[in-house]
Amino acid sequence: MSFHPKMSYDAAFHKSARTLEDEGPPFEYTPENRARFEEIAKRYPPERRRSAVLPALYLAQDQQGYITANAIRHVADVLGITRADVEDVVSFYTMFYTKPVGRFVLQVCRTLSCALNGAERVTEALVDTLHIRPGETDASGTFTLIEVECLGACDRAPVVMVNDAWHECLRPEDASKLIDDLRTRGEAALSGCHHVVEKR
Amino acid sequence: MDPILIEHVREPNAFTLEFYLAHDGYQALRTAFGKKPDEIIELVKASGLRGRGGAGFPTGMKWQFVDKKVEPRYIACNADESEPGTFKDHLLMERYPHLLLEGCAIGCYAIGARVAYIYIRGEFLHVQMNLERAIEEAYAKGYLGRNILGSGFDCDVYVHRGAGAYEAGEETALLESLEGKRAQPRNKPPFPALVGLYGKPTAVNNVETLCNVPLIVQKGAAWYAALGPEKNGGPKLYCVSGHVRRPGVYEDSMNVTLRELVEGRAGGVREGRTLKAVIPGGSSVPILMPDQIDIPASFDSVQKAGSLLGSAAIVALDDTTCVVWLAENLLHFYRHESCGKCTPCREGTDWLYKILRKIERGEGQMRDLDLLQNISTNIAGKTLCAFGDAAVTPVLTTLKHFRHEYEAHVREGRCTLPADWRARQAVSAH
Repeated sequence: MSFHPKMSYDAAFHKSARTLEDEGPPFEYTPENRARFEEIAKRYPPERRRSAVLPALYLAQDQQGYITANAIRHVADVLGITRADVEDVVSFYTMFYTKPVGRFVLQVCRTLSCALNGAERVTEALVDTLHIRPGETDASGTFTLIEVECLGACDRAPVVMVNDAWHECLRPEDASKLIDDLRTRGEAALSGCHHVVEKR
Repeated sequence: MDPILIEHVREPNAFTLEFYLAHDGYQALRTAFGKKPDEIIELVKASGLRGRGGAGFPTGMKWQFVDKKVEPRYIACNADESEPGTFKDHLLMERYPHLLLEGCAIGCYAIGARVAYIYIRGEFLHVQMNLERAIEEAYAKGYLGRNILGSGFDCDVYVHRGAGAYEAGEETALLESLEGKRAQPRNKPPFPALVGLYGKPTAVNNVETLCNVPLIVQKGAAWYAALGPEKNGGPKLYCVSGHVRRPGVYEDSMNVTLRELVEGRAGGVREGRTLKAVIPGGSSVPILMPDQIDIPASFDSVQKAGSLLGSAAIVALDDTTCVVWLAENLLHFYRHESCGKCTPCREGTDWLYKILRKIERGEGQMRDLDLLQNISTNIAGKTLCAFGDAAVTPVLTTLKHFRHEYEAHVREGRCTLPADWRARQAVSAH
C-alpha cells in the first residue's frame, strides 16, 4: 500500500507560498519608533539583540501596515543580523502581514470550541455582508477577513478578533451589526468590546 | 473547594497592585527572602506541585535540575496558551497579574535567576498591556527591580510577545522564539534546565504553575499537598468549553470528577441533547466516553482512564457532533501549526487532513481508514517534540471509539447525522 494519497497539493497551502514580492516604499523607523525599539532591545543581553526581532517587526508593521522587503532590510540593519534571518522569522509567524491589509482585520477563530458553537456560520455571515472570501480584502481597503486557528477564548466562543480587540460570543446575526458599527464609528467601535468575564 | 487562585479575579480592580497588597499580596515574596533558595526548591518539591502546562512534571524537580554552577540563569514563563480549549492563563494574567509576577520573582530567587521572560502569545495584546502595567507598578513600589524589599536580590521581569505560532508553546521552541528565531523545537536532551535560553540553564514554567508558588511559600507544602489526591495536590484551574451551558474557568481540587465539572459546574449539555464524548485535556489528548468520566480530574486518574489531563482544557461534545468533522477540524489546526522541522509531522498532518476532508465530503473509501491509521502510527513518536503525537491523537482516538461513523460516511457518501445539525447550530447563546 502506498503511503502517498493520490491527491494534488493545493497551491495555496504551505507557508512557503508566502513570498515577499513587494519591495515597498523606502522604509525607516520614525524617530519615536526607533527610540521605542532601543528601549525594548535593552531587555535582552547586548550580544543577543536578535531576540528583539519580533517586537522590531511589530513596530515596522504598526508603522507601515504590513511588512515589505524594505522593512525587513531596515529591521535587519538595526538588529545587526542578516535579511535572511529576518525573512525567516517573518515567513514563519502568522501575525505578520506580507501584503497590505484593510483598516480592520477580522480574524475569525475556526478551531474546535468556536467551531462547535457556530464559527462557520459567523464566517458565512461576514462573507455575505462583506462580499469577500476569507483571505481577501474588500475593494475599499476597509476590511480584511481571515480565518485563524484557536485564539484562546474558548469560553466565549465564537470569537472574532478585530485588529487587536476581541469580539466575543458573536452570533451570525451580530456579524452585520459589527460591520455597520465599524463602518460608522471606526476605531471607537473596537474599544471596550473585550468584556470582563462576568460572574457566573 | 472554594477558589484560591481565582478567588478575586472577578472583582473590580483585582489587577491593581493596591488590591493585591490588600489581599496579602507579595507577602510570600517576603517570606521567601527569609529562606535560602534551596529551601524554596525543597518546599516546592515537598508540595508535589506539578506543571500546569500539560506534561504535569514536578516543578520542584525541574528547578533542582537547573544547573546552579552556570551564570546567568533564566526563567521563561510559558504564557503562549494556545492549546485549543485552554484559556485559564489568560484569565489569571488579565485579572490578577501580580500573582504571576510574585511567582516569577520567587522562582527567580529559588533558582538564582536575575531575569524572567514572560512569553505571551501575540493575540493577547490586551492581556499584555495589563501585565506590563502591573510590572510598572511593581517596579515603582520595589517588588521588582534592584534590591527587592531590601533583600539585596535583583530581578527583572519582561514580557515578550509572540506572533502566532502554536509550536511556540513547546518549551524548546519557546526558547528558540525568544532568541529571535523560528519557533521550532530543539533536540532533547539536553533539557532547558541545563542548556536553555542563550545556552544557559533555564526553567520553563507555565503561568498557572508559577501562580501556585506564592501559595506554597505562604501556606506550606503540607497544606498544599493535602488539597488534592496524592501526588496531585493544590488547586487546579479547569477550562470547560464546547457544548456546555456555562463554559468558563472553574477552580477545584483534583478530587473533583470530570462529570461534576462538565455536568455540574458548567451546566451540562443543552436541553434535549445528550453527551457524546469529552476531551479532558485539550485537543491533543484522547477522548473519553460518557461512561468514563466518573473519575477524579487529576493527572494520574485521567491517565489511568486512557487519556491525559494536559492543560485541563475540557471540551464537551454533544450528540450533534460529527466526529469525522471533529477530526478534520483539528487536523486543519495541526496542519497549519506544524512548524515544519520534522518531515513526518510536516507532511503527515497534511495527508491526514486531506484524507479526512475527503471522507467528510463523502468521497472516501474504506481503505482510507487503514491509511489514516497507518500514517498516524508513522508520525507518532517519530518527531522531535510531542506535536506529532498530539496531531495524530484526534484521528486515532476517533477511529478507536467511532469507527462506525467513519464507515457510515464512506458507505453512505455523506454524514449520517441529521443532515442540517451542524448547519443550524447557530450559536449556543449561553
